[in-house]
Amino acid sequence: MTETTLVGAVTMALARAMAEDDAVVVLGEDVGVNGGVFRATQGLLERFGRERVLDTPLAELAIGGVAVGMAAAGLKPVAEIQFSGFIYPALDQIVSHASRLRNRTRGRLSCPMVLRAPCGGGIHAPEHHCESNEAMFAHMPGLRVVIPSSPQRAYGLLLAAIRDPDPVVFLEPARIYRAVKQEVADDGEALPLDTCFVLREGRDLTLITWGAMVKETLAAADALAAEAVSAEVIDVATLKPLDAETILASIEKTGRCVIVHEAALTGGFGAEIAARIAERGLLSLQAPLERVTGYDTIMPLPKLEHAYMPGEARILAAARRVLAFA
Amino acid sequence: MTKVAEFAIEYSQFLDPSGRATGALPDFARDAAALVPLYRAMVLTRRFDAKAIALQRTGRLGTFASSLGQEAVVVGLASAMKADDVLLPSYRETGAQLYRGVSLEELLVYWGGDERGSDFAGPRRDFPVSVPVASQCLHAVGVGYAMKLRREPGVAVCVCGDGATSNGAFYEAINCAGAWRVPAVFVVNNNQWAISLPRTVQTAAETLAQKAIAAGIPGVQVDGNDVIAVRHGVGEAIARARAGEGASVVEALTYRLSDHTTADDASRYRSPEAVSERWAADPIPRLRTFLAEAGVWSKAEEEQLIETINGEIEAAVERYLAARPQPPEAMFDYLYAELPRALAEQRAAVAASRGDDHD
Repeated sequence: MTETTLVGAVTMALARAMAEDDAVVVLGEDVGVNGGVFRATQGLLERFGRERVLDTPLAELAIGGVAVGMAAAGLKPVAEIQFSGFIYPALDQIVSHASRLRNRTRGRLSCPMVLRAPCGGGIHAPEHHCESNEAMFAHMPGLRVVIPSSPQRAYGLLLAAIRDPDPVVFLEPARIYRAVKQEVADDGEALPLDTCFVLREGRDLTLITWGAMVKETLAAADALAAEAVSAEVIDVATLKPLDAETILASIEKTGRCVIVHEAALTGGFGAEIAARIAERGLLSLQAPLERVTGYDTIMPLPKLEHAYMPGEARILAAARRVLAFA
Repeated sequence: MTKVAEFAIEYSQFLDPSGRATGALPDFARDAAALVPLYRAMVLTRRFDAKAIALQRTGRLGTFASSLGQEAVVVGLASAMKADDVLLPSYRETGAQLYRGVSLEELLVYWGGDERGSDFAGPRRDFPVSVPVASQCLHAVGVGYAMKLRREPGVAVCVCGDGATSNGAFYEAINCAGAWRVPAVFVVNNNQWAISLPRTVQTAAETLAQKAIAAGIPGVQVDGNDVIAVRHGVGEAIARARAGEGASVVEALTYRLSDHTTADDASRYRSPEAVSERWAADPIPRLRTFLAEAGVWSKAEEEQLIETINGEIEAAVERYLAARPQPPEAMFDYLYAELPRALAEQRAAVAASRGDDHD
C-alpha cells in the first residue's frame, strides 16, 4: 500500500499498464522530460524511454488523430490533453474516428485508446483551463466517458480504461488532484467500468454526482447525518454507458434526489440522469428532483470562480427543499 | 542579410501526354510488359467508376466519388506499395483499394451504404475510406509510429486531395511525421478542384509539395497522369521511409474530369470546354500508346481485357444487388467490443421492430 494523491494514482496506473503491456504508449504535450504539467506522467520517460513516452508538438488535433492511428495499428495509446479546455481540436478525431472505427469496419479495426485530460474549475487557473465538458463526450455514441473521484478510483478506473478494447475519454478533476491522500495498492486490480459506485448508503435521499463534486456532496451528506437525515451518495464514475439500474434502485429506496455537477445546467449530464428517473422512477419520487450545477454562463475567471462552483451550502439547501416537500 | 534556407521542388514525368518516353525510364519500367498489370488496373478502375455512376443514377448505389482521370495516381501509388504497407485513403482512391485487393463487390457494398463494405477480406490492415478531409493524414502518422516502434518494415501510405492540404490536420500530420521520422508517405492527389474551388484560389503556395518543406520533409511533384512517374515518385518516398529516413510528400498533378461526387454538378462552376481540354492528358490512352508501341499490347488484348473486366463487374454487381441487408439491430453490434448493458434495451427494441418505425 502506498499513500498517494489522485494524480499520484494516475501515474501509478500508467506505470503499471506500461509495465504489463508493451503496447501501451503515452503521448501528449510536455509528458516526457517535464512529466506533464500536473506531473501525471512523472518518471515514465526514465522508466520506459522516449519511444513509449512521446512528447508531442503543441497540436491537440494531432494528439487525437495520431492516437487513433496508433490504436488501429495495435498499440494502446494513452493520450494526454493538457487541460480539457484545449480538447476541442481533438474532438474531430474522437467523434469522427475514435468512436466509429470499430463500427465503420464491422470490427476489422478498432480503437483501444484513452484520452486523458484534467477537467473542471476551482484551481485558480487562466481562461480555458477549467472546463467541465463531459456531457459533450457522453452524447457521442461509441465512447466511454469516465471520471474518477478518489485516488483509489483513479487507479482502478484508469487501468480498466487502458485495458478496455474501445476508446475511453478519461477526465481527471484537477481540483482534487492533490486534495486528499488515500492508501492505493499497486496491485494491478482494475475497477469495473459502466458501473456507478454507491459511496454511502442511505434511506432518505439520493445524492448523485461525479468527479470533484463528490467531495462537497459527501460533506453535505455528513451535515445531513447530523440532522438525522440518511443520504445515499452515488458516484456515477462512468457517465457513458450509464449504469441507470444503480441510480433507479436508489431512487426506489429513497424517493428523493438531488443531482450535483460542476458543468453548466442546460444539457448537462444531470439532465440525462433526471430524464432516466422521470422515465423509470417517477412513481418512486416523493418530491421533484433538483439539480445543483454550474450556471449557464461562461466559467468565470478566478475572481468569480467561487460564485460559479456549486458548494456544500447549495447542495444542502437543495437537499432540504427536496426533503421538506410533502 | 543572410540566406538561412532555400528550397526547390522537383517535377518528374517519364511519359509525355502522347505516350512517348521523355528520357530514360526507371528500372521497373524498362520492361514494358511489367507495366501491363498497371494498365489493366487503370482500365478496371475507370470501368468500375462508370458502372458505379450508372448504378447511382438508377437508384441502386449511394453517393459515389468518381476518380475519372486520376487512375494513374491511384494505381501508381498502390503499385509502389508492398502488401505489408498500410493504405490510408480518402474517398477517391477506389483504384488503389482495388489494386490492394479490396474486391469490386466490397466497394459496391460500401458505396451502396453498408458498413460491411469496409470489412474487406484483402488488405486487412488498410484503413477504410475517410470522409472528413485530411483527417486520415494523422492516422498515417500513428500507424507509421506503431510500425516503427515494433521494428516492422511497413510504411503508412496516406492519400488526400489538394483541398486537404489547406486543412490543419494535413499540416499537423506532416509536422509530426517529420519530427518523429515516421515511415509515412503523404500522396496529394492534386486534381485541381476542392469541389468548386480551383487549386489557384485555395492557397498562394506555388506548389503543394513545398508544404512539406515547412515540415522539414522532402516534397516532390510528379505528373499524376503518368503512371510511371507516380509509381516512381511514390516508390522512392516509400523506399526512404522503409530505410528509416522518414516521411515525404508526393504531389501528383492530375485533373478531376468528373463532378466532385454524384451529388455535385460541376457545370455550375467550370466550363465544359475547360474540362474537354484536359482529356488530352488522359492517363489511360497515354499508357496504352506506350505499351502498344513497345509491342506488349494489342487491339485484341484490349478487347479481351474489356470483355473480362465487364464480366467481372457484372458478376460483382449481381452479387451486390442480391445481397441481403444487415439486420437493423446490427447498428449496435460493432459500437463496442461487447454490447454495454445500457444498450441492450435499445437493441432489443430495434430487433423487435424489424427496422421500421414502431410503436
